[in-house]
Amino acid sequence: MSSAAGAAEASAAPAVVLLVGNPNAGKTTLFNRLAGTRARTGNFPGVTVERRTARRVLPGGVAVEWVDLPGTYSLSARSPEERIAADAVLDSAPAAVVALVDATALQRSLYLVLQVLEAGVPTVVALNMMDEARSAGVEIDRERLAARLGAPVVELVASRGEGVQALAQAVADRLVGAPPEPLHIDYGPAEDALASLAELAPPGVSARAWAAWVLMSVDDEDELDVEPSVRARVREVRAAARAAGIDLDEAVVAARYRFLDGVCAEVQRGDGNPRALTDRIDAVLVHPVAGLVVFAVTMLLVFEALFRWSEPLVGAIEEGIAALQSLVGHLLAPGPFHDLLVDGVVAGVGNVVVFVPQIAILFLFITFLEDSGYLARVAFVIDRLMKGVGLHGKAFVPLLSGFACAVPAVMATRTLADRKDRLVTMLALPLMSCSARLPVYVLLTATVFASEARVGPLSVGALVLLAMYTLSLAGTLGAAAVLRRTVLRGPRPTLVLELPPYRWPLLRNLLTTTWGRVRSFLVDAGTIILALTIVLWALLSYPKDAEVAERYAALREDARATLVEPELSARLETLDGREAADQLERSAAGRLGKLIEPVIEPLGMDWRLGIGVIGAFAAREVFVSTLGIVFGVGGEVDEADHTLRQRLRAATRADGTPLMTPLTGVALMVFFVFACQCMSTVAVVRRESGSWRWPLLMLAYMSALAYVASWLVFRVGEALGWGTG
Amino acid sequence: MSCALAELPVGTHAIVREVSSPRALRRRLLELGLLPGTRVEVVRRAPLGDPIELRLRGYALSIRRDEAATIEVEQLASARGAAAPAAVAKELAP
Ligand SMILES: Nc1nc2c(ncn2[C@@H]2O[C@H](COP(=O)(O)OP(=O)(O)OP(=O)(O)O)[C@@H](O)[C@H]2O)c(=O)[nH]1
Ligand SMILES: [Mg+2]
Repeated sequence: MSSAAGAAEASAAPAVVLLVGNPNAGKTTLFNRLAGTRARTGNFPGVTVERRTARRVLPGGVAVEWVDLPGTYSLSARSPEERIAADAVLDSAPAAVVALVDATALQRSLYLVLQVLEAGVPTVVALNMMDEARSAGVEIDRERLAARLGAPVVELVASRGEGVQALAQAVADRLVGAPPEPLHIDYGPAEDALASLAELAPPGVSARAWAAWVLMSVDDEDELDVEPSVRARVREVRAAARAAGIDLDEAVVAARYRFLDGVCAEVQRGDGNPRALTDRIDAVLVHPVAGLVVFAVTMLLVFEALFRWSEPLVGAIEEGIAALQSLVGHLLAPGPFHDLLVDGVVAGVGNVVVFVPQIAILFLFITFLEDSGYLARVAFVIDRLMKGVGLHGKAFVPLLSGFACAVPAVMATRTLADRKDRLVTMLALPLMSCSARLPVYVLLTATVFASEARVGPLSVGALVLLAMYTLSLAGTLGAAAVLRRTVLRGPRPTLVLELPPYRWPLLRNLLTTTWGRVRSFLVDAGTIILALTIVLWALLSYPKDAEVAERYAALREDARATLVEPELSARLETLDGREAADQLERSAAGRLGKLIEPVIEPLGMDWRLGIGVIGAFAAREVFVSTLGIVFGVGGEVDEADHTLRQRLRAATRADGTPLMTPLTGVALMVFFVFACQCMSTVAVVRRESGSWRWPLLMLAYMSALAYVASWLVFRVGEALGWGTG
Repeated sequence: MSCALAELPVGTHAIVREVSSPRALRRRLLELGLLPGTRVEVVRRAPLGDPIELRLRGYALSIRRDEAATIEVEQLASARGAAAPAAVAKELAP
C-alpha cells in the first residue's frame, strides 16, 4: 500500500485515520493543519454531530482520510452521540488512530488513550500543547512514555504547526507492519466480569476492550442499541459482583488510573504550574463582582453584534435581492414563469441568504468564546440561574441569541454536548422575541395606540413592547421547564464541566468553523426554506381570477384615457394595489383565511388578518407586507407606513365596528409572541435535531400556546369591557 | 474528619473517600479521575454561589453543589490549604 504505484490509485480506498482526544485537546487545530482546505463536513451516520473528514497523501505515498472525532474523556457512552468515538475506534477497524494528548493535563488525557491502546488499533500518541508544557517547566520523557504505552509518541504544537510533519511520518510508518499487541491492564476484581462479557464479543474486535466498554456503558438506563443477550449478561455479571461485594465501575477506573499513576511518575518531571496564567485571569473573570460585570459586557457585545453589526450586511443582501428581482423582472416577459422566478425563487433564495450575516457573526463570536475557554466560564457563572428551569449553563448563549434570530441560535445549541440539553434549548428558544417580531409589534402598537398616549413618564407603546419581551422571556423559561419535565424527561441534568486553560484562539480555526456552519446551513436549510417559500408564494398568488383581471384592465384603460400625469401614475398605483388585494382574496391563501376565520375569530381576528398570519409563516415581517396587500395599499409598505396604519384603523368588521381596537392589537401581538411563525426555524430545527418529530412538536406546542394566550387576552379584555375602547 | 465535598470551604484540600452519586454521574466523575484516594482542592464558588470549581490531577473541574454533596471527602490540615497554586501543582505532579 505504501509503494509509489499505490499513490497513483491512492484515491480509491484511502486508509482511515481517526483523531481522538479530550475536548480542547487541539483536534480541530491539528485537523485543519493536516487537511488544508480539503475538509468536508457532514453528519455522523445516524446522529447529528458534525463530522469533518479530509483526504491527503502522506509522505510514503499512502492516501489517508483524516476524521476529526468529537472530543470525549472516555470511550464509554450512554447515548448514540457519545458512542461515536467508541464505534469509530472499536468497531470501524480504522487503519490508525492519532491519540491527541494535552501535555499540560497528561494523566487525565491518557485515560482515553489507554482505552484506544487496549483495542489494539495502530496508534500514534501526539503530545500537544508542548509549548505551554515547556514554558511551565514540565518535561515529559517521550521515549519512556512510548515504551510504557507500546506506541510511538510525537511532540506537537498544533497551533503553530510544529511537529505535524513528524506526526504524518509516524502515521505513515504505523500503517505498514503488523497491528500492535493490545495494551494489557490488570483489572483485579473486575477480571471475572470482563472474561464473562468477552465471550460475547463480536469477531474482529479486541474482546477485552469490547468487554470493558460494555461493562462501563451498558446498564438499564442507557439509550444504546445493544443486543438483548449482551444486556442480560451485563445484568448477570453485575448481580454476581454485587453479591461478592465488588464495585465494578470503581475497579475498572481505579485500575486504569493506578496504571497511569505509575506511568506519569516515571515520565513526567518539572514543578511548574501550566495554569498560572489561567489562575490569574480567572481571579478577574469569575470574581463575584468583576466576573458578573465581564459576563454582562460580553453578552451585551454578542447581542449588539447580532443586532447592529449584522444590519448593514443584511441591508446590503436585501438590496441585492431586490436588485436581482428587478433585473430578472425586466429580462423576462410577464407571466406565471416570471412571477415564479421573481416572487418565488429569488425571494426564497433571499429568505435563506439573508440569515448568513447573523449566522457568521454569531459563530465567529461563539467559536472565539469556546476556543478561548471563556464559554466554559459563562456556563460556570450563569449555571445557577439556568439550573432552575432544567437548562445547562452553556444554553445561555443560544437563548440570548434568540432575541436576534432563532435560526443562528438553534445552530448555536451545538455547543451543548448532551442531546436532551440540546433539544430542550432548541425547542424553547424560538419563543424568545426575535428581531423579526419587532416590525409586527411596532405596526400594531402604532395602529391601536395613539403615539402621545402615556402612562406616567412612559409612552404606552414602550410599555407594550416591554411587556411583550417580558412575556417572551417568561414563556421561554416556562417552556424549557415544562419540556424538561415531560417529553424530554430524563435523569436530573447535571453539570460536570471542565474549565480549560485560557488559550488564544487561532483565526484560521475561527474562519473554518464559521464557514463550515454557514455552508451547511445554506445547503441543508436552504433547500427546505426555498421549497416552502415557493409553496407559500403559490398559495398567495393562485388561482388567479380572470374576471378580476379584466375588470382592472378596463379601469386602467379608463384612467389612461381620462387622466394625465401625475394623477395618472397615482391612479394606476392605487389600481395595482386594489387588484392585488382582490386577487389575494380569491387566492388559495385568501380562501384559507376565510376558512380559518371561525377558528381565529375568538381571538379577535377576521379573515384578512388570517391571511396575514398565514403569510407570516414565510417570515414574520411578511405579515406587514401581506397586510399591505390585503388592505389594498399600493406600492412599498413598511412598519412606519402611515397609509397602512390609517387603513387598518379605518377597517371595520362586518357589523361595522372597528376591526383594530387596542384589545385586538394586543391579542394579536400576544399571538405573535408565542406562535412559531417562521419556516426557517422549522427547517433549521429539522436539520439540527435530525428528524421531523421535534420541529412538528415545536410547531404544535407554540401554536397551541399562541392560540390559548391570545384567546385569554381577548376574552378577559372583552369581559372587562376593553374591547369597545 | 470526613464530610461532603459540598461543605468544604473555598481553599481547602481534601482526599476523596467515596463517590456515591447515581451511577451515570458516578461513572463520569470516576472516569474524570475523581475517585477514592484522589486529592482535590475547592478553588472557588461561582459568583452566584453554585456551582463550585475543583482542582484535581492538574486540571479544573466544575460541578454543582448537589453533585458535590454526594462525594465524601477527608479534609486535609488547613495549613496546606493556604498553599499557592504552584505548590499544589508540585504535590499533584508525581
Ligand atoms: N498553546 C497552544 N494552543 C493550542 C495548541 N493546539 C490548539 N491550541 C488551542 O487550543 C484551543 C482548543 O483547540 P481545538 O482544536 O478547538 O480543540 P478540539 O480538540 O478540537 O476541541 P473540541 O472540538 O472541543 O473537542 C484553541 O484555542 C486552539 O487555538 C497548541 O499546541 N498550543
Ligand atoms: Mg474540535
